[in-house]
Amino acid sequence: MVVTPRQVAAASPESVSRSTTLATFLTLLCARPAAEVVDLGSVVGGNITFLGDRIGCKIHVEDLYADLDRHARQDKLDQVAAFLTSRFSHLNESIDAILCWDVFDYLDQAAAYVLAEESMRMLRPGGILLAFFGGGGSSDLRYTRYCIVDESHLRHTLHAAACARRLVLQNRDILNLFGKLAVLDSILLKSGVRELLFQKPTN
Amino acid sequence: MWKHREEAPRSTSESGSVLPPLPPAVFPGEFDRTRGELPPVTDAAVSVGKSVVIKGELSGDEDLTIEGRVEGTIELRNHVLTIGSTGHVEAQVVAKSIVVLGHVTGNLTATEKVDIREEGSVEGDIMAPRVAIADGAEFRGSIDMQRKAPAPSMDQEVGSLTLDAKVPLPTMQDNGEMARA
Repeated sequence: MVVTPRQVAAASPESVSRSTTLATFLTLLCARPAAEVVDLGSVVGGNITFLGDRIGCKIHVEDLYADLDRHARQDKLDQVAAFLTSRFSHLNESIDAILCWDVFDYLDQAAAYVLAEESMRMLRPGGILLAFFGGGGSSDLRYTRYCIVDESHLRHTLHAAACARRLVLQNRDILNLFGKLAVLDSILLKSGVRELLFQKPTN
Repeated sequence: MWKHREEAPRSTSESGSVLPPLPPAVFPGEFDRTRGELPPVTDAAVSVGKSVVIKGELSGDEDLTIEGRVEGTIELRNHVLTIGSTGHVEAQVVAKSIVVLGHVTGNLTATEKVDIREEGSVEGDIMAPRVAIADGAEFRGSIDMQRKAPAPSMDQEVGSLTLDAKVPLPTMQDNGEMARA
């Protein structure tokens, strides 16, 4: 029997959590006129409505989870790093904010390095990046879909995935990965997940 | 003929006949086939059928549903365009509202709303004041909703920030609570 993402979502309990890093992210985003946001997560209508209608951003949806699923089904996860080098067509320093969610957990070290480099390349000076780390490696073939409920709350739902979490980054690894960015805010949740908000220096 | 039919009910009641009155042959607003009239044109939605392929410029002044394949440009500035579940569009689209249940490759511009339903798939940029994307829909591109709402009040959520300083990463306390250094 094929289990569809919708069936998994229906069977999975939803949870809502408070996120102060999201609140800070949105505050800084509001201060940037006509901001352009890259969302690396899956397509979530609520997020698009929130960011587009309430904040007034232009949103670029770049669903990396779908890309990872496709690579996993083709047994080409080792090629994700190479794929990411040409994945984004955005110009250098053309993006105001990036929502990475927990996509780094699903990458290997080489791919994580490429994605971090690409993110830093795309960000404008003063641009911000929100990422979650450390859900822990597991064989659980599910990913979390994050939906913005309000300025400081996220709803999490689990959906079927073709690949499991792969990388558990230590704090020093994260700081090395985003060496060109400054850490604005960081939170460690009881679940072990770390929420980090970075900003590209304005020089 | 007309006079006779109009008078028929009155004469029936006066004479006490048990025969029911004849129904009118022509109701108001209807056409009379007996006089060779053609049926009026209705406002039924126009549809591009499953087997139809259109390449080029498609424009119109009425709502349109596409179940076939269209390549080129589509312009329905004051009307609703629906790309049905079997519809396949490779075009730049401009319409009042656009509903997607099929596949679209190209940019969508709507003066009111773009609605991508669960089975819909769009690869292109969307420009519209309102955009709805259902769970399960596929989308790759950018979305520009063209308007700015007042920034949400988040005074309670954000304290002071040191924008250019590195903040130490949090540590877990003995009791399992999170803590920021």
